[in-house]
Amino acid sequence: MTDSQLLSADPAVVATGADLFGDALTAQAVPVSSVDFRPPLEAEEEIDAALVRVLADPRRTAANAEAVDRVLAVRPQLVDVRPAAEALDLQPGTFFHAGPPVDWEHASGPLRGALIGAMVFEGLADDPDAAEQALARGAARLDPCHHHGAVGPMAGVISPSMWVFELADPQTGRRSWCSLNEGLGKVLRYGAYGTEVIDRLRWMSAVLGPLLRDAVRAHGPIDIGALIAQMLQMGDEGHNRNRSGTLMLLRALLPELVSSGAPSSDIADVVRFVSGNDHFFLNLVMPAGKLMMDAGRDIAGSTMVVAMARNGTEFGIQVSGCGDRWFTGPAQLPDGLFLGSFGPEDANPDIGDSAITETCGIGGFAMATAPAIVRFVGGDVDFALETSRRMYEITLAENPAFQLPILDFRGTATGIDVTRVLRTGILPQINTGMAGKVPGTGQVGAGLVTPPAVCFSQALKALADAAPPLT
Amino acid sequence: MTLDSTSLTTVDVRKGTYRDSVALMRVSREVAAVDGVEAALVAMATELNLELLAGMGATVPPGTGPDDLVIAVRAVDAASRDTALSTAEAQLAAMSTGGGGTSAEAPPRTVRTAAQHAAADGHPATLALVSVPGRYAAAEAFDALEAGVDVMVFSDNVPLEHEVALKKAADRLGRLVMGPDCGTAVIGGAGLGFANALRPGPVGIVAASGTGAQQVMCLLDAAGIGVSHCLGVGGRDLSAEVAGRSTLRALRMLDADPATERIVLISKPPAPKVAEAIQAEAAGLATPVHTALLGTEGPDLSEAAAEVIAALGDSVPAWPHWFPEERPAPRAGALRGLFCGGTLADEATRIIERTLGPVASNTPAGSGGAQVLSDSPQTGHLVIDFGDDTFTAGRPHPMIDPAAREERLAAELADPDTAVVLLDVVLGHGAHPDPAAGVAEQLRAARTAGSTTPVVVTLCGTENDPQGLAAQAETLRRAGAEVFSSNAEAARRAASLAGPAA
Repeated sequence: MTDSQLLSADPAVVATGADLFGDALTAQAVPVSSVDFRPPLEAEEEIDAALVRVLADPRRTAANAEAVDRVLAVRPQLVDVRPAAEALDLQPGTFFHAGPPVDWEHASGPLRGALIGAMVFEGLADDPDAAEQALARGAARLDPCHHHGAVGPMAGVISPSMWVFELADPQTGRRSWCSLNEGLGKVLRYGAYGTEVIDRLRWMSAVLGPLLRDAVRAHGPIDIGALIAQMLQMGDEGHNRNRSGTLMLLRALLPELVSSGAPSSDIADVVRFVSGNDHFFLNLVMPAGKLMMDAGRDIAGSTMVVAMARNGTEFGIQVSGCGDRWFTGPAQLPDGLFLGSFGPEDANPDIGDSAITETCGIGGFAMATAPAIVRFVGGDVDFALETSRRMYEITLAENPAFQLPILDFRGTATGIDVTRVLRTGILPQINTGMAGKVPGTGQVGAGLVTPPAVCFSQALKALADAAPPLT
Repeated sequence: MTLDSTSLTTVDVRKGTYRDSVALMRVSREVAAVDGVEAALVAMATELNLELLAGMGATVPPGTGPDDLVIAVRAVDAASRDTALSTAEAQLAAMSTGGGGTSAEAPPRTVRTAAQHAAADGHPATLALVSVPGRYAAAEAFDALEAGVDVMVFSDNVPLEHEVALKKAADRLGRLVMGPDCGTAVIGGAGLGFANALRPGPVGIVAASGTGAQQVMCLLDAAGIGVSHCLGVGGRDLSAEVAGRSTLRALRMLDADPATERIVLISKPPAPKVAEAIQAEAAGLATPVHTALLGTEGPDLSEAAAEVIAALGDSVPAWPHWFPEERPAPRAGALRGLFCGGTLADEATRIIERTLGPVASNTPAGSGGAQVLSDSPQTGHLVIDFGDDTFTAGRPHPMIDPAAREERLAAELADPDTAVVLLDVVLGHGAHPDPAAGVAEQLRAARTAGSTTPVVVTLCGTENDPQGLAAQAETLRRAGAEVFSSNAEAARRAASLAGPAA
C-alpha cells in the first residue's frame, strides 16, 4: 500500500453517518463523498462481534485476493460430452440433485417429480407410482451435484444414463460437469415426468449426447469463457437469457455435426432441438461458473462465496474459508411472472444450482446487459442498471473478461463477500425460473429472488470461529 | 384449468409480429388482472405456448407459428373481454417506448464505493469520517483502511476490542485511525467533527481529548500562532490495551510533515508502559514534542499553551476576556459547573477542588457519579459534563443541541443555594450556529425573575469560526456573564465567587 496522503494532499473526505459533519466540510470547500449508510443485516450483538472478528482476521485480505485471482484465472473449455455414469462414476440407484443435501421426506414437489421421472427413465421403476413408493422407501441414494464437481438447473437431477457436458480448465486440469438442457415447459428439471419427458430424455441419451460428443471431440475444446464474454455483449445475462450463447455454440459445432457421418435426420433433429431451445447454453454457463468458483474454494480466511444453490426446500451457500460446509435457510418464493393461468399459489420455492451463474458474477449480477429480464418483475431498464451497479457493493472484484457494454464495459461484479452482504444488507440478486410445486407440473413462470439473509449470518459466525480471537 | 362454458374465449393472431417473450409475460399479467378475465395469454405462438393456449381452451388458426403473436383472452362477458383486448393493445404499444435507462447512479453504500467515486471525480479521498452508531463503526473503518484512506472515528460507544483490532489493522496497512470518540481534528486547515477555524502555522497537535485540543489551539490562535494539523487519537489510545498505537503513528506523521515545527501532545495520563513508549518515540523525533498531561499536578491547558508560545520565542499574551460593566462579588452557596466539553469540565473540576474542596461530578476528577445527573437541586459544589455518554445516548451532543444544558442552567440560576454558575461555550465547525444566544436568553430570563447569580463562561473559539468569537463574547457579556477564553482562568474566577458550600 502507498504512503498515507493525509497530511500531504489536499483534504478530500468520505463521510459516513451524521450528515452534519459532511455539511460542515462542504461549507469549508472540502470535497465530500457521502455514504448512504444503513445498519447491517441480522443486526444483533453476536453478529457485530463476529463481523469485527472476521474483518480483523489478518489473513482475510490476502486470502480474498488469492481466491479472486484463482477464479479469474480459470479458462472454462468444453472438452467432452459423456454419460454421467462414466464421467461422474455415478452408480445405478444414485441420483445427484441441485442444492444442499436433502432427503426424500424433505424434498420439494419438483425435486420429487424429477426423481420419479429419473427412476422411470433409468428403468428402476415401471411407472411413476412405483417410483414414488420406491423413493419413499429410501431405495435411492441422493447426493448434491455440488459434491461431485457438477451442477444441475432447477431440480438438477442427474442419473447415470443421462449425458453430461464436461468442462476443463487447461491450466489446472480441474473439471466440472452439467446435464444437457431439455428445453422449457414440461421437462424433468421442472419436476415433470410424463411420457413425453421420458421419451425426450431417451432421445437425448441415444442421439443428442452421442452426436454432441462426436462433434466436440472432432472440433477440439470450445472456449466457453469466450462465448460467455460475447453473449454478455449480445443481450444475454447467462441465466435467464442464453439465446446468443446457444446460437454461438451451435455455430461452433455445426461443421463437425454435419460432417460427422450421422444420419442427416438425426443431425437435423439435434440442430432443431438446440436452436429451438434458448436455454440450451445455460447448461454450459453453469459448469463454467462451477469451474471458476471451485478454483476459489478452501482458502483459509477467505470470505468469498463459492456456491449458492437451492434444492427447492432450502437455499444454501458455501464459503471459501469454510470448506464444504453449507449455510442454509428456507428457499424463498421468486417474484415474477407466470405462464398461462398459473399464479403464485402454483409456484415452488426457489430451486436449482443455476445460481452458480450469479455466484460467478453473471445472471442477475449482469442484468444491466439484458434489460428485458427485468420485465419479469415489472421493472424497467433503470432497475436493471441499478441492480448490476448495486452488486459491486457486495463483491470483491470485477471480471475483466466479462464486460457490460451499457456500464461502459465495466467488468461484472465477481466474488460475493459475506461481510459486505451483511454490512450493506444488499442480498445477491438472482434471476430464476419457477417450477410448479406439485410434482409433474413443470415450469410455471420465471422471476427474481434473493437468498435468505440467515445463510450469510451463519457463514459469518463460522468464519469468525475460524478467525483468530480479538486482542 | 377448467373451461367454463358460459365464458367467452377470443383469440387474435398478429402474423409476423415479434415481441420479446419476457416482455410479453408482463403483458399477459396485466391483461389477466383485468376484472372479469379468467385467463389470458399474450405470447409468441411457440410450441410451448400453443400447448398453454390449448390448456386454456383457446384454438388458434392453422398455420400459426413461432413468428406470430397471439392474444388469447377468456372472459366472463363481452365487456371484460373488450377491456382485456384494449389493455393488451395498450401494453403492446407501450413496450416499444423505452425509458432510456439513464438513471443516476445510486448513492454509494460503503466507504469503498464512495472512495472509488471520489477518485473518479478527480479528488481521491484522503480521509474517511465515520460517525455511524458505535457498534457498526469498526466495520466502516476497516473498509476505509482497506480502501487506502486514513480514518477518523467520531462515533462513541465503540467496544474496546474493536478499537484494538482496528488499530492493529491500521498498523499493518500504514494508516492512521483517529478515535474512536474523536471529536476534533484539523487536517490542512479543514476542520473535522467539532473544530475551530484556525490560522495555518507551525504547531502540530496530537490529542487524546477533543475539547482539550480545542482549548489549546484557540489560545494559540489568540496569541497569533497557527496550527499545521491536529490529529485526534481517541480517549483510550494511551491505555495499556490500545498501547498508544495511534499516538505513536500520529507523532511520526507530524514529524515527517514539513509544515510542523513543534508538536504538542495533549492527553490524559498514559498507562505507565505506554508513557515509556511515547517518551522513547518523542525523544527520537527531529521535531520537539511538548506533552500536556491532563489530570495531573502538571500544567493546565492554558499553561501548556503558554509554554508552547514561549518555546516558539513569542511572548505570552494575557488571555482574552470580556467582562460586564458590573462585576459580581463573592457570595455564599455552591458552585455549579455545566459543561459541554468533557476535558474542560475535568480541568475545571480539578482547579475548583484545589480551593473549594470536593466537587460532585461525572468527570474523571470529580467525586460524584450518577447522582450528579439527577434533576433535583443539589447541595454542594457540582460539575456536570453534558457530553457524557449517559446524556448523549440517543441524543445529539450538547455542542450541537444545548437544550438539556440550557434547561439545567435555568434551574441552577433559580436555585437560591447556587453561588455561581460556570459553563463553557464551544464554537467552531460542527457546533451549534449560535450557542451564546441560548445561554444569554436564560441569563436574561433569570435576571428578570430576580436572580443575581453570577455567571462565568469559558468561551472556546476563534474569530474565524462560523459563529465569530467577538460576537459570541459580546452576546454573553451583555447578558451579564464574565467571559474568559482560558478555561483555567474561568474556573479560578468561579471558585473565587463561591463561598463555603451551604
